[in-house]
Formats: sequence, structure tokens, C-alpha cells
Amino acid sequence: MSESALAERPAATPSADVPLLEITGIVKAFPGVVALDHVGFRLRAGTVHALMGENGAGKSTLMKIIAGVYTPDEGTVRVKGKPVVLRSPLDALNNGIAMIHQELNLMPFMTVAENIWIRREPLTRLGLVDHGELRRRTQTLFERLAIDIDPEIEVRRLSIANRQMVEIAKAVSFDSDVLIMDEPTSALTEKEVEHLFRIVRQLRVQGKGIVYITHKMNELFEIADEVSVFRDGRFIGTKLSSELTRDEVIRMMVGREVTQMFPKEQVPIGEVVLSVRNLGLKNVFHDVSFDLRAGEILGLAGLVGSGRSNVAEALFGVVPATSGEILIDGKKVAINSPGLAMRHGMAFLTEDRKETGCFLLLDILANMDMAVLSHRYVKFGFVRSRPLQHDCDEMGRSLRIKTPSLQEVIQNLSGGNQQKVLISRWLMTQPRILLLDEPTRGIDVGAKAEIHRLVTQLAGKGVAVLMISSEMPEVLGMSDRVMVMHEGRVTGIVDRKDADQVKIMELASH
Amino acid sequence: MSVINQTAEALPMLARLKRRKWPPEVGIFLVLVGISLFFEAVGWYLNGQSFIFNLERLEIIILQMAVIGIIAVGVNMVIITGGIDLSSGSVVAAAAVVSASLAQISDFPRAVFPQLTDLPIIWPVLAGVTVGLIIGLINGSLIAFTAIPPFIATLGTMVAARGFAKWFTGAMPVSMLTDQFAWIGSGANPVVIFLLTAVIFHIVLRYTRFGKFTYAIGANRQAAVVSGINVNRHLIYIYAIAGLLSGIAGTVTAARAISGQSGMGVMYELDAIAAVVIGGTSLAGGVGRVTGTVIGVLILGVMTSGFTFIRIDAFYQEMVKGVIIVAAVVADMYRQRKRRT
Repeated sequence: MSESALAERPAATPSADVPLLEITGIVKAFPGVVALDHVGFRLRAGTVHALMGENGAGKSTLMKIIAGVYTPDEGTVRVKGKPVVLRSPLDALNNGIAMIHQELNLMPFMTVAENIWIRREPLTRLGLVDHGELRRRTQTLFERLAIDIDPEIEVRRLSIANRQMVEIAKAVSFDSDVLIMDEPTSALTEKEVEHLFRIVRQLRVQGKGIVYITHKMNELFEIADEVSVFRDGRFIGTKLSSELTRDEVIRMMVGREVTQMFPKEQVPIGEVVLSVRNLGLKNVFHDVSFDLRAGEILGLAGLVGSGRSNVAEALFGVVPATSGEILIDGKKVAINSPGLAMRHGMAFLTEDRKETGCFLLLDILANMDMAVLSHRYVKFGFVRSRPLQHDCDEMGRSLRIKTPSLQEVIQNLSGGNQQKVLISRWLMTQPRILLLDEPTRGIDVGAKAEIHRLVTQLAGKGVAVLMISSEMPEVLGMSDRVMVMHEGRVTGIVDRKDADQVKIMELASH
Repeated sequence: MSVINQTAEALPMLARLKRRKWPPEVGIFLVLVGISLFFEAVGWYLNGQSFIFNLERLEIIILQMAVIGIIAVGVNMVIITGGIDLSSGSVVAAAAVVSASLAQISDFPRAVFPQLTDLPIIWPVLAGVTVGLIIGLINGSLIAFTAIPPFIATLGTMVAARGFAKWFTGAMPVSMLTDQFAWIGSGANPVVIFLLTAVIFHIVLRYTRFGKFTYAIGANRQAAVVSGINVNRHLIYIYAIAGLLSGIAGTVTAARAISGQSGMGVMYELDAIAAVVIGGTSLAGGVGRVTGTVIGVLILGVMTSGFTFIRIDAFYQEMVKGVIIVAAVVADMYRQRKRRT
């Protein structure tokens, strides 16, 4: 079958030396961070090109630029040697670039065929949708890809894997030459992955170029022809996967000096404050056990989706755990709401500043005091605003929050200052256990250093800190020990003196 | 020469005025003044008399709007949490018929409860308020525990409460009420009740923890949960308060009319929502003040009596009212977009 498909559809490139897709000198900056710094790579027809890199290395930003979601600040994108400007996903599609997103974009209450041909439905003479033709087209497409799904079934009845197949078929239906797959196997079983790879190989034979983003080392060697590695928004290199070993890839991904940006002070480590025993949340994470001591900073590393944030959410009662025990000061506690966790002296700085952190419409004062009001500064229900305002002012000064006054709306602050306000929200409650989820994500270097210093100071005062971070230097620089998670399980806890990037990457990708 | 001097001096003062941070109510207050002046001018032209400086008319404006005002104070809090309450008008009817049924005089042969006539004023009032409270608690519990959208939950109670009122009365008016009960609705009493509610909940929103949590929930519900606020419990309180205030409004309505009818309060919920939105409360939640709501209520009142005053047909009034409501929401969205950029 693949032979005949190849005969019908010869390789799309006019000449073998012109790459299907070539990008050069791409720069993209977001407020406070340079996500991509003069990045480039080339994709050749008939190859699978894997992109590797840690979280935040810039892969996703790059893919979004190629797919027309973001426009770059600098640099050029060439399709078959011709420079193009991609202002929207539609532009990208028209230039033969289709992206299969990590989060699927299908409409659950429409049929498979309707989803694939949406906005391109074949019409009858009366201008109505020609359902017969729609089904025939879908069947032809599916035959070409060896997909076995009923075109008339509603998408919501399909498994995640089958939805993925439909997405791929949809991308192919545009006759795109370039297909971008962003971690397509993250929700698939082994068998489904095999099927996916069969399809990918078929597409390769048909002369398509496939950009394949993955975190999984074994997939890389199974499916990819070439590998490009990114780190901290920079392009590190492209190699043939046949010439690479697993260790070399890891070294390319992490190979950097740990700078002395992190003022780690050795502070006396105290008693165990928080013990976690076999904590689990059904289908999310399992058997998580660790001890956290006063004055200790325990780093929690792992890829996005490894269950790191879910553990913190369970500890704080946002989504309570379904199995296992939490002990505070050796006593078993049941934590099923954030209010209870706070009563046990916990505080939780969430990962997503906008979604679960800031009250964007409210002023800084309200953002600072919302947690502490549950316990202090209130008499007969009335807020004692004078001492509250005084203490918040003090807190704002000591954290050097840059604002004319606390009556300013938090929306107007920079990311770093917003993060400082959120940290003060929790410091106001004088916590003994501080859970930090990506405390420095998306903020500038100066504010980052200040937050690192602050966390170190807090540990010095005997606060027990659990710090989730995707930034390897931060984890290594700040932590006394590093716990690593992979697919919902703890794969290791490493002491500071034994921890290095290669070891942690290995545990994280297992 | 002197003219030039004057403008030179006036300019920095204007600039200073512009730079000062005005409370958000100033804008709509100016709208209220503007509308009043418009009717004042047209009034002199058409009728040869003042619109504003007429105590009797002022009293009527405020009296008419007092019931809507009491409801709006509660609806304001609901909308600040990012919700909506469509049941207020039906609660008015339910509370009106129940309170009236316990306020009938003993020499009326066809009383709803022949044994329960000539009761002291406390019983009908308590009954009316309780009816509101119960429906509010149902709203709040539905929203908190089943997580259905407030629009749907209160749409359900809106229909059901109206049905209850009709069933309770057999669609007949409940009349022949005691003088004592009628006193609640007489004179300026409804206005006093409205202003009292407004003052109380102004204080609650501005100076209490309850108020702070209310804004927090509307501004970012997820963040409120993570900050340790018991959001579900708080929402139940909020809808209970809104129901209770509608219950009070229903009792006042029955007292003013000296009769309880299942057809009372139709569309009051929409007037209340309109007043709240005109008063600057954002339907997206997190923003709003009682002072704005009071001004919003006054704007609606001035418009209604103003149009009557300059003898514009009631049908036109409704059309204009619709336009004003939409304009207020558009202005709200525009304001928000400006804040975001």
C-alpha cells in the first residue's frame, strides 16, 4: 500500500538539497524573558526531525512560530527555499505547514469526517453539505494512512489515541508538507504508539517532513532521523540520531556550568516537619513518600506532567490525595481543603500566576492580605485595616515591591513584582511549610535572584521549603536534596553533593 | 488681557482635576445629573414647571424604586462574585403572598388561614423574609454543590417560585390586610428600609472580611480557593442574602399595595440587574460598589418618571431603557479592555 501511495504522490520537494523548511536567526522575546535567541534549524523532506530540550528550552515557542501562532521579533522562515511570513495558523497551513497540538482541537459533538473537513465541506448543488462525498473523502484519506476509524462516528466516542489519529489525518488532508507533532505520544499506550509510528513512517516515505517534539529518549532513537537540541532558548546542534547515544543527548541538553547565581547558605537542618507516606491520587501520582525538615529546601524536579504540581496540590488540599498519609510534626493529619492546610502552617505558591494566583482586578493590598485574613487582622468580622495596612507596607518594603502604593491594581505590576506580592500573601501567614511551584517562572533575572535570596533566608529561619522547578540550575543551586518524579512516581531522591544535571535528567526521563 | 489670564490660570487647574483619582462612581453620578437636567430643561419647555425641584415627584421617584433598590443591593453582591440571580422577581411574589396571608384581618371571611388572622406584625414579616431566605439558600446550595451555572440555577427557582406563588393563592389576590402590616409600606418607610440595607451592605463590602472575600471570589475563584477561602460556603451566604433581601422587598411590596398577588414583581430581577450594571458593577465579577448601585437605581427611577413627566409613551420608555442597559454593559466591557492594555 505504501508503495502505491509513493507512486501516486512523489516527494514534494523539487530538489533534494533545498530543505522543506529552513529557519534562521529567529528571536522571540516575551516581557522579561528571551524565549528564543537567534535560533535556526532545517527540516529535510522525507525525514523525521526530533526536537529535544528541557522544559523552557524554547521548543514549544519555536513550533508556535513555525505554525504561525506567534510572530518572531527577528529572523526568517523559508518554505522550500522561499521566505514566508506566517501571521496566523491559516498562513502556515496555506504554506503547507500543519501542527498537531498537544491539546487536541477537535469538536466532540461532530463526526470524524465533519471535523476533518470543517470549513472545506464538499457541497451539493443546493449548497448543502454533501455527506456522501464527505464520507468517501474521509475513507480515502484513512486508507492512505492505514487508519481504521468510522468516519461517521462522533469524536467524543473516540479514545484519545484515535482522536490523535484524526488530528493527524486532518493535518495530512491539507496536503501539508510539514507536520509538527508536539509530544504526540504523551497520552498513548504502547500499542497505540506503535500504530502512530507506523503512520509517521508512512508519511516519511511519502516525502513529508515531520517535526517531532518529545521528551522520551527511546522514541527519539526509534523514529527520528535527525535530532536538534535546544537549551535556554538557544540552538545547540543538529545530529543524525544514528550517530548519537543517549548520554550524548543528555549532555547536549544540560551541558552548562551551574552559575553561582544561587546564594545557597548551609543552615542547620532541624526536625522533620512534614512526612509524606505513600501519597497517591488516582490515575495521577502514586506512592510518593518523603520527609521534609525545618530549614531544608527540597527541590522537586521532573518534566511537566510528571505529577509534581499535583503532589503540591494534594499536600495543600486543593485536590486532596486519595491514598496515603500526611504527617505534620509526626502527627497524622487529614488535609482536604486549603483552609485546613493553612491551619497546619502550610503555604502554597501556585505555578500559574494568572490562573490561580493573582486577583488581577484587585489592588495589591487585597492580593497580599487575602490569605492572612482567615486568621488575623479581623475583629468581629471587621478588617482591622490600620495594622493590616502597616504590616503590608512593611512587607512590601522588605521584599522591595516596586509600586507607588499598595492601592495600585496588581495587573499593572511586572511579573516579578506580581510574584513578590503573591509570596508576601503567604509570608503574611507566617508559614512553617512553604510549597513553591515554579517560583521564578517568567520573571526577569533581577527579581529571580531576589526571590532565591528570600527563599534561602526563609530556610535559614527554619521554614521547611518544597520547591518545584523546571529550571535545572535553580533546582541544583537552591536545594539541599532533589526529589525527581517521572510519570507520577518518585524515581529518586538525590543529595545535594551527589546531584548533577545528567543524573536528574536521567531520573526525569527514565 | 484679563480673559487670557483667566484661561492661563484655569488650565493647570483643569489638568489637576483630571489627574486626581476620582472614585469610579463619579462618572455615573454625572450621568444621573445629566439625565435630570435634561428632564428639567424639557420640563420647563413643555410643562412650564421644574422636574427636580418638586418634592412630591422626588418622593414618588424614590418610593417607586425603593423595592428595586432593596433587591439590587443583594443582586450587586451576587454579581460581584461573578454570578447572577434571576429569581428575585419571583421571590418578591412568593414573599408577598405568604406574608400577606398571615396579615389578614379577622373579619374577612375568605382569609387564606382563617385561624391565623390579626397576627402581630412580626409574623407576616418573618414569614416573608423566611420565604426569601429559603429560596436564596436553595439557589446557593445548587450553585455551590452541583456546580451548575448560576444562570440556570436561578432560572429554575425563578420559574418554580412564581409557580409556588400562584399555587399558594390560586391566582387570587390576598387582600384585607391589617393596618399594622400596611404601615410597613406607608410613607417613606420603604425608602428607609432601602437606605438602611444600602448602608449596611456598603459597610459589609468595604470594611469586613466577608466583603473582601466576596470580591476575591469574583476576581479569581481558583485563587480564592487556594488562598484558603471556603468558596462554596461563601456563595451560599451570598445567594441567601440576595434571597433574603428579595423577601424583604416582597413583604414591602405587599404592604404598599395592601395586598399580596402572585403577579407581583414581574421583571424586577431585570430592573435590579440593570441598576447594578449601570452602577458600574462588572458582570465578569470582582468589581462593584453599593454606592454605584444606588446611583444606578436612581437613574432608572429618574428615567421612568422623567419620561412620564414629559409625556412620552410607556412603550418608548421601555425601548430607551433597553438601550441604556446595553450601553452600560458595552461601557463596562470597554472599561475592562482599557484596563487590560
